[in-house]
Amino acid sequence: MAHIRRRQGYEGVAVCVPVTVPYVRYSTRSAHWWIGRVVRALLDASGLQKADIDGLTVSSFSLTPDTAVGVTQHLGLSPRWLDHLPNGGASGVMALRRAARAVQAGDADIVACVAADTNHVDSFRLMLGSFSAFARDATYPYGSGGPNALFAFITANYMARFGATREDFGRVCVDQRTNALAYGSRVFKKPLSLEEYLAGRPIADPIHLFDCVMPCAGAEGFLVMSEARARDLGLDYATLRGAIERHNAFSEDPIFERGGWQVDRDDLYAMADAKPAEVGFLQAYDDYPVIVMVQLEDLGFCDKGEAPAFVRAHRLMHDGSFPVNTSGGQLSTGQAGAAGGFLGMVEAIRQLTDAAPGRQVADAQLGLVGGFGMVTYDRCLCTGAALLGRPQ
Amino acid sequence: MTMPLMRPKRKNPVLRTPQMNLPPWSRSRVAMGLTVAAAEGRFALQVCAECGAVQYPPREACHACVSARLQWRQQSGEGRLIAATTLHHSNDLFFRERLPWRLGLVHLDSGPSLMLHLHGDVQAAGQRVRVTARLDRAGRAVVIALPDPETPYMNDDKVLREMGCDPRFRKVLVTDAKSATGLALVRALVKAGADIVWAGHAEPWKKMPGADDVAALPQVTRVALDLTDGRSVDELAGEIGGKVDIVINSAEVHRTYGIAARRGTDAARAEMDVNYFGLLRLAQAFGPALKGRSADGITHAVAWVNLLSIYALANFPPHGTFSASKAAAHSLAQCLRAEMRMAGIRVINVFPGPVDDEWNQNQPPPKLSPDALASAVVKALRDGAEDVYPGDVAQEWLERWRDDPRVLERELAAGG
Repeated sequence: MAHIRRRQGYEGVAVCVPVTVPYVRYSTRSAHWWIGRVVRALLDASGLQKADIDGLTVSSFSLTPDTAVGVTQHLGLSPRWLDHLPNGGASGVMALRRAARAVQAGDADIVACVAADTNHVDSFRLMLGSFSAFARDATYPYGSGGPNALFAFITANYMARFGATREDFGRVCVDQRTNALAYGSRVFKKPLSLEEYLAGRPIADPIHLFDCVMPCAGAEGFLVMSEARARDLGLDYATLRGAIERHNAFSEDPIFERGGWQVDRDDLYAMADAKPAEVGFLQAYDDYPVIVMVQLEDLGFCDKGEAPAFVRAHRLMHDGSFPVNTSGGQLSTGQAGAAGGFLGMVEAIRQLTDAAPGRQVADAQLGLVGGFGMVTYDRCLCTGAALLGRPQ
Repeated sequence: MTMPLMRPKRKNPVLRTPQMNLPPWSRSRVAMGLTVAAAEGRFALQVCAECGAVQYPPREACHACVSARLQWRQQSGEGRLIAATTLHHSNDLFFRERLPWRLGLVHLDSGPSLMLHLHGDVQAAGQRVRVTARLDRAGRAVVIALPDPETPYMNDDKVLREMGCDPRFRKVLVTDAKSATGLALVRALVKAGADIVWAGHAEPWKKMPGADDVAALPQVTRVALDLTDGRSVDELAGEIGGKVDIVINSAEVHRTYGIAARRGTDAARAEMDVNYFGLLRLAQAFGPALKGRSADGITHAVAWVNLLSIYALANFPPHGTFSASKAAAHSLAQCLRAEMRMAGIRVINVFPGPVDDEWNQNQPPPKLSPDALASAVVKALRDGAEDVYPGDVAQEWLERWRDDPRVLERELAAGG
């Protein structure tokens, strides 16, 4: 789908101060606590005062009944620009796009983008039935208890259509886990072998244990400001070379085989004046490994149906031929609700500011972050992607 | 292929009776259209009156043209299975207790893709299927893919049995088994494979033609039951209440009077005493035991059937007091349905048109034969329907009532 008018670029925007509040499997704290911890971490890491934050985006599911505005009073913030973006795996890309435009337009000088979710012992089950109107009416009553069954359909169909095998998905999971071993905040502590992956118990055929993310509590955040401001503050930063998002793409497809990235990817690379071959690493949204495969295809690294061959031909570790999810992805760290949509963004900033000890991708100049979120019925509706680079 | 259901072993009395956990029942108001259609045994989806698009899940606007003129229209349900999965894990107690459980994604020929339950005879992706909607144990519609063409023992499938109330191997009480309808019901239930049919009779000295033949069937046990007598009802509940899986309340008093044709209230009282208070007594005595056994093995307690009348919807003046008593019973049956739903017991309300019996001798045809009424009840049990309008007259009245109940009332006042 060609765009007639070329969009304004994201020149002059700095993406910086990646912070993570370490994940835990269960938390007795509320989302507000996790948001408080991540905002404080942003202040501590940047040296900024609370009053310097004049823009805020919040991504959270468990914040209810509050939204972003409740957070301002809870934490004593008084921003002049605010957005509430509880869009799951697309939250990071969506927050960055909006924050970048706010900074470019002068509506805000320093935007804190935060994502946090808590996880009580029974909160995951309780959330599933009320996640969306369609989930309540058309998926939750069928017992799948979450997206497992839907992604089982998507995975089974992908395997049948394109010849992917469980070993192919296993390669993604195993390589990501290897990456995670150099990353601190993770729920899964041990390495994973392909044999262990294949021996995982079935959850919803062909989805097995290690194809699933572990729900947990955690928080992620980063700051968006002008390059000039970041330099003044002495902060290391990445630049935003291009970003896209698309919602409810290809809605007439009877089952998800391609994502909205396909619609907009030419625009993404044109904005950055770059080609897929120049991308040094991919932080792909990984709610299930099949979605990593689809991103490899739809973001232009291989043709549709070629991702199984691609993962057979490449090692996906930080020092491999095509690094993917260098902090381990949610398949290793756990899925802290909407913070899972920030995981790749925060890791990309770290990689491009040389702040990924033990898992640094050598000479990466350009990194791609994929976003994918919101299974309201039979597929995720939101797709997004951002290309981040190093300051010139 | 589905194997025919075998007679279940006797229950081990030492083991604790399994408790019911209902599947998720919350639905948006707009989605209830699927349920009200399924309650009548129909599979209907939203169709846009402006552009003709068929859509699912239900919405408040057409996903194609954003029109609000959406109508629930019956669907053939023909489609293709795109993908299937077997759940080995569920966070929901109902499914957790029934794992493994198969689900599928079907692309209907009419457009939408549906996540649904899979009949056991629907095997591999790519297969043609017929989709229909059934009420689940929570009384809410779910969609299910059935094999197309049908398979020999498909009603014995584990998933379908969870949606239906098949009388096979179940123990059934028919509260009045001496009337023509009652006798037909007992015969139909025996033919449908019921394990025991308790045939209630209020006046054992009355010998009805055919009653002895029915009573001689090995599955049939005669029991004394007078719905006007609370003690009679309680005594029978004490005796068999813990064993009954299906209650069919067929008892009724039917007199053909309006208001002016008979002075006094004796006939109207007799109708109310059986048709309304009888149901109330019966429900208070048998309801709790049924509710306690709604997950008790594969032949658990499952359904309550009320034989009402199409006259419950609108008063038929020549049968004015009878109509009023059935309207009262219908209202109480709605209360019963609400109370039983939380236990997973289905309340099936049957609204027949005039039955071809001694109290409708002056009614012109078409009249519903007792055998046809009994077949409709067995079919409703098998299919798990909730609202049944058997016969041409009932169907016609229903259509007129749906169209405009106030017009129907005036038409009936003018003689039909």
